[in-house]
Amino acid sequence: MSTVTAPADTTKAPAKKSGGFTAAASNYLDERTSISAAVKEFGRKIFPDHWSFLLGEVALYSFVIILLSGTFLTFFFQASMAEVHYEGSYIPLKGVEMSAAMASTLDISFDIRGGLLMRQVHHWAALLFVASIGLHMLRVFFTGAFRKPRELNWVIGFVLFILAMAEGFTGYSLPDDLLSGNGLRIIDGMVKGIPVIGTWTSYLLFGGEFPGTEIVGRLYSLHILLLPAMVLAFIALHLLFVVVHKHTQYAGPGHTEQNVVGYPVLPVYAAKAGGFFFIVFGVVMLIASLFTINPIWNYGPYDPSPVSAGTQPDWYIGFADGGLRLAPSNLDLVLFNHTFSFGILLPLAVIGIFIVAVMFYPFLEAWITGDKREHHILDRPRNAATRTAIGAAGVTFYAVLWAAASSDIIATHFSVTMEGVIRTLQVLLFVGPVIAYFVTKRICLGLQKKDREIALHGYESGRIVRLPGGEYIEVHEPVSDYERWKLASHEEYKPLMIRPNSRGKITVAQKVRAGLSRWFFEDRISPVTRTEIESSHGDHH
Amino acid sequence: MAQDGNSGTELAAADSSDHGHGTELAVGTAVVATDAVPNPGFPPHRPRVTDLDPKKEKRAERTVYTLFYLSAAGSIWAIAAYMMFPIEPENLNSVRANNLFIGLGLALALLALGIGAVHWGKALMHDQEGIDMRHPTRGSESTRDRAVEVFAEANEESGFGRRSLIRNSLIGALIAFPLPAVVLFRGLAPEGPEANPVRLLEHTMWKKGDRLARDPSGVPIKAVDVTIGSVFHVIPEELANLGHSEGYLEEKAKAIVLLMRLKPEDLVEDEDKKDWSYDGIVAYSKVCTHVGCPVALYEQQTHHLLCPCHQSQFDVTNHCAVIFGPAARPLPQLPIAVDDEGYLVAQSDFLEPVGPSFWERH
Repeated sequence: MSTVTAPADTTKAPAKKSGGFTAAASNYLDERTSISAAVKEFGRKIFPDHWSFLLGEVALYSFVIILLSGTFLTFFFQASMAEVHYEGSYIPLKGVEMSAAMASTLDISFDIRGGLLMRQVHHWAALLFVASIGLHMLRVFFTGAFRKPRELNWVIGFVLFILAMAEGFTGYSLPDDLLSGNGLRIIDGMVKGIPVIGTWTSYLLFGGEFPGTEIVGRLYSLHILLLPAMVLAFIALHLLFVVVHKHTQYAGPGHTEQNVVGYPVLPVYAAKAGGFFFIVFGVVMLIASLFTINPIWNYGPYDPSPVSAGTQPDWYIGFADGGLRLAPSNLDLVLFNHTFSFGILLPLAVIGIFIVAVMFYPFLEAWITGDKREHHILDRPRNAATRTAIGAAGVTFYAVLWAAASSDIIATHFSVTMEGVIRTLQVLLFVGPVIAYFVTKRICLGLQKKDREIALHGYESGRIVRLPGGEYIEVHEPVSDYERWKLASHEEYKPLMIRPNSRGKITVAQKVRAGLSRWFFEDRISPVTRTEIESSHGDHH
Repeated sequence: MAQDGNSGTELAAADSSDHGHGTELAVGTAVVATDAVPNPGFPPHRPRVTDLDPKKEKRAERTVYTLFYLSAAGSIWAIAAYMMFPIEPENLNSVRANNLFIGLGLALALLALGIGAVHWGKALMHDQEGIDMRHPTRGSESTRDRAVEVFAEANEESGFGRRSLIRNSLIGALIAFPLPAVVLFRGLAPEGPEANPVRLLEHTMWKKGDRLARDPSGVPIKAVDVTIGSVFHVIPEELANLGHSEGYLEEKAKAIVLLMRLKPEDLVEDEDKKDWSYDGIVAYSKVCTHVGCPVALYEQQTHHLLCPCHQSQFDVTNHCAVIFGPAARPLPQLPIAVDDEGYLVAQSDFLEPVGPSFWERH
């Protein structure tokens, strides 16, 4: 406020003195960086507001938290598998032989003030990082935010999801405790199952026979150097595209494909987003101070012999572990003196195909619709019934794999047989997505009908009126133009008609495309038109 | 106000008429609605209570600065807690208190700061929404033409397209140059004639006459100690003497064995493996043939072994055949006998590789 009152006196003063220190500093910077251009360009850039847009922010902020807490941990952690006798504060493990990695992790937990807190912040934030990326991807999928021009940004985000899981797994393996060693044992077994290169890949990865004395150091290089650098680069690219495309927005009165409505970066968005960073950090900190995560001192150092029943990987690896559990027995095939380990290759292929399908979905849908326009207004999931149903099927598929990773715990907690759980999940893996698909599609179409009803005839007011003739009716209150716009502004797609090309032929690709298009758009509810609304005005009850 | 002088209705009109300057974009199977509901434009702005009631505004202001002060207090508390709750050696409760109180202080500092900033943004900052206009992502026609021209000029000036020998040899060189990096990775694992993963996987440290000993103590096991229904976690006696730097974990990862005694009549044994057991005592590799977890759980009543990682089950009475779960092969059996002093010993190494399948296995 003081700067507003000041100009009266400063007009006479020499120009360079006006504004005091801030202005001088800004001037100094700008003369060396052209930063004023950036402020002019981005300072009042508009960002739309919606809770679902925060999911990506949570992912970004948890990554920052991971970087901060992780850097602290690197000052104390020793990524070495050299054998030491533990001499720290935790009595039950005193004198036990373990790697320096395990011993230094115990020291961080028991001998460094705030060390355990930072370890737990790091681990909880990592779990949140992958979870928020997953939820963000679901939001983007179900609202159709991946459509042109954002298909490539979807792929970049997908790469980030994979990188986040890789970061998680390498980090999980570093303390060299019993569980992380078992996790690596499973990876080793899977790598060995890969045809041709598997045995040597495992040998090179572990620097000799499993477990060797190299793997922790190697994973550490990946975990703190290569993977974070890649995550940072892809985040930068991801955000660059957000700036280039400008953010999507939900349908609303005044919102069009040509504008973006929201709050400017300075000051409102900066305050809210900056504040939200501290809220995310605060919540992670609160969880880390109250809830233990990965108590490696209970597991002890890695030894190939013991394992405890009911151990679980971190949640994001669950779907892959579950995939392994659901494979049928006795699938090894020995052919030409070589072993094809289908017990491992089959789940790897299933998971691989699923993941690749997720990555390529935007291109598939673009091909089916043939729509080359840019889309900046988000779909309500119900208005893209087939896409939403596909998404629900995918979520179900993932959920079944994920549940399978806890098959033993499900069996013990619900007192059912392990075999029963596995067999059920094997069936559900294929049947579940189909059921989810049809149920979701019907629900979406039902909701579309309801929307249409409300747009045309208003909402049910709950007021029952008896007419002079004795008839009872419920009074419907019309919706405002603003509310109706949200219900009626979406687009309709029709199935593709098969037409011969310029040579008069109908190609196979055409037929496939038309078939897919029919599958996508056959069942549909047309949005309300102006004429319908005008003609419905008469018959409001 | 950043409204760009556009009212909503104008923009809505632009939506239907002004699609794509210059190039007509395919709409695919989208229905171009001629009779669409018109965009009603922006609804009237609704002021907040803090805009209307100066008292509410004052209160929001108080809330924000109180939160910021609270945040600073949380930070100071965290510093104080760092000193007030030191870690006393061998005292777990001190670790717990240290974690809790520093954490709560920091959580308060962060949450109060965050909530304060968001509240400031929502309740006090100017809340009129702004509008930015979008532009097609594709460059304008002139920009695109110029880009094509730049490449054409560069091609012309360098002769990249024309001088095909230069171009092709360049591509060849670029493909070849990362290849040495691949070779460099051979150094990741030991080299030399002994360094062959396939040969290493085919053998364990078991050999004829090695005593079966308890894991991890290394105390050898007498046949009479193995009662019916009991199970022993077994390592070769010599393994217990190995240090970690001498390959203890690597050898153990292959050599671990489970030893069980069943009633001899419960065992269904192949003719050629009849002498691999001793009076109902059988020894099987503990390394799961699926992905290598230790098959650590023995069900005494059914004589089934269960791998806790992926729930493969093996039938001990029937040469540990896979009866459930993803494992592909039976657990390899270690042929055992009894020496002069009554200790259980190995007749030989395993006769097949233990652990997960691999490509060269046959």
